[in-house]
Amino acid sequence: MATRRFSCLLSRSLSASLLHSLGKNSSKWGNVNRFSTAAAVDELVTPQVPITYTKHMINGQFVDAASGKTFPTYDPRTGEVIAQIAEGDAEDINRAVSAARKAFDEGPWPKMTAYERCKIILRFADLVEKHSDEIAALETWNSGKTYEQCANSELPLFVRLFHYYAGWADKIHGLTVPADGNYHVETLHEPIGVAGQIIPWNFPLIMFAWKVGPALATGNTVILKTAEQTPLTALYVAKLFHEAGLPPGVLNIVSGYGPTAGAALASHMDVDKLAFTGSTETGKIVLELAAKSNLKPVTLELGGKSPFIVCEDADVDQAVELAHFALFFNQGQCCCAGSRTFVHERIYDEFLEKSKARALKRVVGDPFKKGVEQGPQIDVEQFQKVLRYIKSGIESNATLECGGDRIGSKGFFVQPTVFSNVQDDMLIAKDEIFGPVQSILKFKDIEEVIRRSNATRYGLAAGVFTKNVHTANTLMRALRVGTVWINCFDVFDAAIPFGGYKMSGIGREKGIYSLNNYLQVKAVVSPLKNPAWL
Amino acid sequence: MAGVSNGHDGSSFKMPSIKFTKLFINGQFVHSISGKEFETIDPRTEEVITKVAEGAKEDIDVAVKAARVAFDYGPWPRMPGAERGRIMMKWAELIEQHVEEIAALDAINAGKLYHILKGGEIPGAARTIRYYAGAADKIHGEVLKAGREFHAYTLMEPIGVVGLIIPWNFPSIMFVGKVAPALAAGCTIVLKPAEQTPLSALFYAHLAKQAGIPDGVLNVVPGFGSTAGAAICSHMDIDKVSFTGSTEVGREVMRAAANSNLKPVSLELGGKSPLLVFDDADVDTAAQIALLGVIFNKGEICVAGSRVFVQEGIYDEFEKKLVEKAKAWVVGDPFDPKVQQGPQVNKKQFEKILSYIEHGKREGATLLTGGKRIGNKGYYIEPTIFSNVKEDMQVVQDEIFGPVMVLKKFKTIEEAITSANNTKYGLASGIVTKNLDIANTVSRSIRAGIVWINCYFAFGDDIPYGGYKMSGFGRDFGLEALHKYLQVKSVVTPIYNSPWL
Repeated sequence: MATRRFSCLLSRSLSASLLHSLGKNSSKWGNVNRFSTAAAVDELVTPQVPITYTKHMINGQFVDAASGKTFPTYDPRTGEVIAQIAEGDAEDINRAVSAARKAFDEGPWPKMTAYERCKIILRFADLVEKHSDEIAALETWNSGKTYEQCANSELPLFVRLFHYYAGWADKIHGLTVPADGNYHVETLHEPIGVAGQIIPWNFPLIMFAWKVGPALATGNTVILKTAEQTPLTALYVAKLFHEAGLPPGVLNIVSGYGPTAGAALASHMDVDKLAFTGSTETGKIVLELAAKSNLKPVTLELGGKSPFIVCEDADVDQAVELAHFALFFNQGQCCCAGSRTFVHERIYDEFLEKSKARALKRVVGDPFKKGVEQGPQIDVEQFQKVLRYIKSGIESNATLECGGDRIGSKGFFVQPTVFSNVQDDMLIAKDEIFGPVQSILKFKDIEEVIRRSNATRYGLAAGVFTKNVHTANTLMRALRVGTVWINCFDVFDAAIPFGGYKMSGIGREKGIYSLNNYLQVKAVVSPLKNPAWL
Repeated sequence: MAGVSNGHDGSSFKMPSIKFTKLFINGQFVHSISGKEFETIDPRTEEVITKVAEGAKEDIDVAVKAARVAFDYGPWPRMPGAERGRIMMKWAELIEQHVEEIAALDAINAGKLYHILKGGEIPGAARTIRYYAGAADKIHGEVLKAGREFHAYTLMEPIGVVGLIIPWNFPSIMFVGKVAPALAAGCTIVLKPAEQTPLSALFYAHLAKQAGIPDGVLNVVPGFGSTAGAAICSHMDIDKVSFTGSTEVGREVMRAAANSNLKPVSLELGGKSPLLVFDDADVDTAAQIALLGVIFNKGEICVAGSRVFVQEGIYDEFEKKLVEKAKAWVVGDPFDPKVQQGPQVNKKQFEKILSYIEHGKREGATLLTGGKRIGNKGYYIEPTIFSNVKEDMQVVQDEIFGPVMVLKKFKTIEEAITSANNTKYGLASGIVTKNLDIANTVSRSIRAGIVWINCYFAFGDDIPYGGYKMSGFGRDFGLEALHKYLQVKSVVTPIYNSPWL
């Protein structure tokens, strides 16, 4: 049960394990390098997992790209190529869509009973659980996420998400509806059809589950385009899904790049629904392509610049730990990262000192090694972007408290970086950095912090740290964001909806809300003769 | 005369050894405090299968205490719904691994058809558990619109210790239909199976423990209604009772609840459900639906379509086909896969049905077919159909709970609706028609908890059912059933400077 709780409450589990590992026992990992003292990448662990699946999964088969082209995928610890992957383009998307179309229009997937769909999804979850060590290793190798995070949190959460959606399959309810007249009215909640889904590289498996879970539970068929940085685990689990009994054509995976494969999917005339998670800039393009083609409905889960608000009555030590976690978790590569840490002036100095000390203790290194908290950034582009933002912070006169540079000379490791005296108009306070860069800002009162928190084009999430119920209640309604975590952060249970206000996106994923993304509502009306009641 | 088959087909079935015959309390099989036992009978042979520990008031007290501790201090209501769901999923898997053994227990204990148990009811029990396992992490309260500057929301809390009393006609389906939603909600349970059919319930309890359901969460106390059942209903420390059984006993259950701690009660009671067949129906299909509607499970089913009303245009043809089909119906040993109808559950029911048949004859109804026992051993009764009935006859008004149908002619839709509703019951109903307007009008007009249009017994985990009028109140199955085991708590607190209200 303890492990499972980890999976459900990511923040609690991770912060607990961090506290544990970095408290009195930190010296036991002798081979772990602190970022400030040594190169992070000595003696890399060689992953004990073969890369078996590198082709597209279309119509239940692994197939080469139509063009025959491949692209390299990398180990972000070294920047070295670990495999060549079939490179999808418009023709591969066409083939995947026509397989998905056939599987939807002719069945059996949408035509089988919900319980049969439920059982296939449950069997899939069981298979993933059985292979979770291997999948976690593959995920770490391809993304630089720590193995402990993958194995102890993300894989169990992945399994949990599919259990959750399996449980929805047989509970999709339409309504019977009262009408102003002698009519019988009901709504049918029908699967929307062929869903195109585009997922990012920061949580390859979790994003797979958020997208594929609700789409399949509601009886749709899917074409999923994975991020070009992280194609491996989706192909692996897609194989398991077919082993679990998923009919061919129901789940098609195309690896490739956004401007080619992604754009083909977004503008396809035979795709009925599009879901995208990624940057706000790309989200705009996706929405435009949908508008220009067949007006397919789109859900977007985009960027953020989420405030983490530490009120004066907060327990400073807990707040420091959680604010640290909120930003640095997953190398800072979270769309909902608490990247603006607002601290009340009365506790600001203490908070800053402790935050800096905490960041200095952060263990950066080979993500396969036990006790490592932070691996490399995903790729050279992100790595350079993060370093550019750090430079911008320094140039705009924010105070660099610690970090600020890369680690070692190989791979994409960045020092945990803390800026203080950050002002609202600085680039590091406005833009999504997507890296291990914490910006600490000072505030005086609640009205002010509400105004400043909301003064952003984003609206994905917020953290609130206070013991006062009135402060908590006021903030939770005033913040224009899709998720407010109060005295916690990054709690991502399957049942909790997630999504953005403003330019952080459209729609909600997870929870009961996510089902509607993949359902059409059909009203059915017929006259009633001599009804006994209305 | 219905076909008869005797002797079971040994190839498909191995007689189970009876492993569990004691009370299951706090995770252990224990003797009753009195040391008393009662005999449980094989209705095919009238012979004793085994003796089962007889629970009484003092055993219920012990079971309630265990359930109380498990609820007040134990992990079950305190673990995430997802975790409860996973344990229940495991339980469903274990049941699937023992389908044949459990099917045999219900077959020998209730005289039910083995192949239907094996292919339908027992896998269905696992399916129902999975359904509610999947619901355990989807119990949503709501955030409310307070009229002023208040933040308000509802918590859906498990109601506590629930007492469940189930009948003998569907020992497995009734067991999971009540236990699974209560477990998903986070409640703890004291369940009394029917004295006729205690065996599968004890087996399920054993598997529940194997699956990881903590001790004290599910307690099963076999015994009689007047002792163990009454003790549950009047217990001061049970927070809710759900009962399925006769209307007469339902009244006692409710009275006992009222006299003790005012525990909320849900009752799923008797029925005398109508099936309305209209002129435009396909006669052969309609006759098939009608026969199955009354004869399935030997007529021992609360939703049996025991009153069949047929429109005059097709009445004669319908009657002819119906009688032909009834005569071809195969009654015999429930382990024989060719058999369509086994014996009635026990002597008392058997004699009650035969006496109703005699009464029907005396009242002047026409016996179209059947009316007699089959053979001289076991409680087998011929499929029986009366026509020319009047609505005030006892065979038309009373629940017979056997393979006995009354058949009546009608002229108009209005007349059919009036006849259908002319009963103290309101559990189920059926309509056979191709006409959309008739289907829509009649389905709203019948005062019953479920309407089957061109089908019958179309049950589903997601489909709630339960009674109007004296067929009871509350619903089993569907998400409705989950709410029987939940309390709604509103939480209200002032808010300051809210940007919206």
